[in-house]
Amino acid sequence: MIEFHNVHKTYRVAGKDIPALHSTSLRVESGQVFGLIGHSGAGKSTLLRLINRLETPSGGQIIVDNEDVTAMDSNGLRRFRQQVGMIFQHFNLLASKTVADNVAMPLTLAGELSRSAIDQRVAELLERVGLSDHAKKYPAQLSGGQKQRVGIARALATKPKVLLCDEATSALDPQTTASVLQLLAEINRELKLTIVLITHEMDVIRRVCDEVAVMDAGVIVEQGPVAEVFLHPKHPTTKRFVQEDEQIDESEQRDDFAHVPGRIVRLTFQGEATYAPLLGTIARETGVDYSILAGRIDRIKDTPYGQLTLAITGGDMEAAFARFVAADVHMEVLR
Amino acid sequence: MEAFLSFFANIDWFEIWLATGDTLMMLGGSLLFTIVLGLPLGVLLFLCSPRQLFEQKAVYACLSLMVNILRSLPFIILLIVMIPFTVLITGTSLGVAGAIPPLVVGATPFFARLVETALREVDRGIIEATQAMGASTRQIITSALLPEARPGIFAAITVTAITLVSYTAMAGVVGAGGLGDLAIRFGYQRFQTDVMIVTVVLLLILVQILQTVGDRLVVHFSRK
Repeated sequence: MIEFHNVHKTYRVAGKDIPALHSTSLRVESGQVFGLIGHSGAGKSTLLRLINRLETPSGGQIIVDNEDVTAMDSNGLRRFRQQVGMIFQHFNLLASKTVADNVAMPLTLAGELSRSAIDQRVAELLERVGLSDHAKKYPAQLSGGQKQRVGIARALATKPKVLLCDEATSALDPQTTASVLQLLAEINRELKLTIVLITHEMDVIRRVCDEVAVMDAGVIVEQGPVAEVFLHPKHPTTKRFVQEDEQIDESEQRDDFAHVPGRIVRLTFQGEATYAPLLGTIARETGVDYSILAGRIDRIKDTPYGQLTLAITGGDMEAAFARFVAADVHMEVLR
Repeated sequence: MEAFLSFFANIDWFEIWLATGDTLMMLGGSLLFTIVLGLPLGVLLFLCSPRQLFEQKAVYACLSLMVNILRSLPFIILLIVMIPFTVLITGTSLGVAGAIPPLVVGATPFFARLVETALREVDRGIIEATQAMGASTRQIITSALLPEARPGIFAAITVTAITLVSYTAMAGVVGAGGLGDLAIRFGYQRFQTDVMIVTVVLLLILVQILQTVGDRLVVHFSRK
C-alpha cells in the first residue's frame, strides 16, 4: 500500500543542511496497522508527513496505492490527499465550526457531494464515533477524547484508504487513550483501512499495531512484527522503549537478584503456550524447583504473551532447559 | 438645573445634528473601503510573510515597506498631501466625499497589519489539517484561515473604527465637516465651550457604542 524507495529529507536551517530522515526504504502492506516509534526528533513525524507530502522529500520515491506521490502536480496531490485521512496530537479542529461542520469539511472542500448527501454522511460518521448527540456543539465544549473522535470522523469522511495518525493519543489520559485506540483498531478491522501511526509510547504500539519500525536519529533501526520486536528487541533504542514500557531497570533488577540462589532465566511465551501449564509439568518431571522473580502476562494486539524471570534450583536443570526450548518457549539465561 | 440648561441655550442643535450625520457617513464610508482594501492586503501580507503558505521575501518586503511608510506619516500631514489625489477621484477635497480617500489611505495599512496579526494567531496545525484534506490555497484562506481568525478580525475592525473616529475629527481641519469640524470652528476658534462639550460627549458616546458592539461580536464568534 505504501512504499518508500530510498527516501530522504534534509531541512535547510540558517544555511546549514540538517538531515531529518536518512535514506529509508519501507513497505506497509494494505490493511496493516503500522507503528513508528521514536523519541522526539527521531524523524518519525517527518516520515509520516512525507506520505501525504505535507513534507516534500529531498530525494527518493514514495508510492501510495500504486500512485507515485513524489511525481504529482498540485491538482493530483489535492485529489490524492482527499484519499488519505490524517489525525493529530492536538486534534486541529476548527474552533469556529460546529462538530458536524468540522466533520463535513473534507467533503465540502472536495465539492463532489450534495448538501443532503454530506449531511447524511456526517450523521453516519458521528454515529460511528459515538458523538451523534454532539453534532451542534463547538470543539471547545468537548473533552480531549471527544475531540479526537471528531478528528477521526473528519479523517474518515472521504472514505480514505490510508489513515495517518500523528501522536493521536499523546495528549489524552490513559483511559481515553485506550478507548481511542480501540476505535482505531475497530476502524482498521471493519473498513480494511491501512493505518500508519507514530508515537513515543510502546503501549500504543502493543495495543493496536501489526508491524512496528523503531526510529532513532532519522534512521529506522529495527523493524518487524510487533511481537517479534517487542519480545526480542535487538537495538539499544528498542530495548530502551521496551524497558520504559515495562518499567524495568535492568541493572537495578540484577542487583535485586544478587542474593537469589540458582540459575536465573527469562522465559518468553507467545500465543497459546502462554496458557499451557508448562512450568508445573516440567518442574515435576525434571525435579527442578523454581521461584518467580518477575513477570508479566499480557496481550500484543490479539496475541497473548507472557514473560517470566525465574530462579531455578536443584533437579536436572539441563533437561528442564531442553524441555522449555522444545515447547517453543524462548529462553534467555541471565545467570 | 436652570443654570445648566441656560449654558447650552445658545447651541444650534440642527448644526450638531448635521455634523453628527456627517461624522457617521465619513466613518461608515471610510470603514467600508478600509475593510474592502485592507482585508485582502492583510491576507496577502500574511501569506507572503516568512514561513507561510506563499513565502515571498521580496513581495513581503515591498508591501511591508509601503505599509510602514503610510503608517509612519502623521494623519494630519497625509490629509494635506492627499488633496490633489482626493480631488482627482472625488472631484472635491471638501466635505464627506473629500474626507473619505485620506481616511481610507490612512486606516488601510493600519487595518491590514491588524489582520495580518489576527491571521498569525491561527494555529499552524489547523492550516496543516486543512492542507491534509486536500484544500487548495484559496480554500485554506476562505474555509479555514478567515473563519478561524474571525474574532481577531472583528477586534481589528473595532480598533480601526475607533481610530477612524479620531481621524474624522482631525479631518475637520481641512474642511471635512462633521463633529471635529464643529469643535474646531465653534469650540476652538469662537470660544464656544458649550459646543465643544457637546461634540466631545457625542464622540465619546460613538466610541463607546463601537467598542461595545465590537466586543459583543468578538465574544459571539470566539466559540470558547
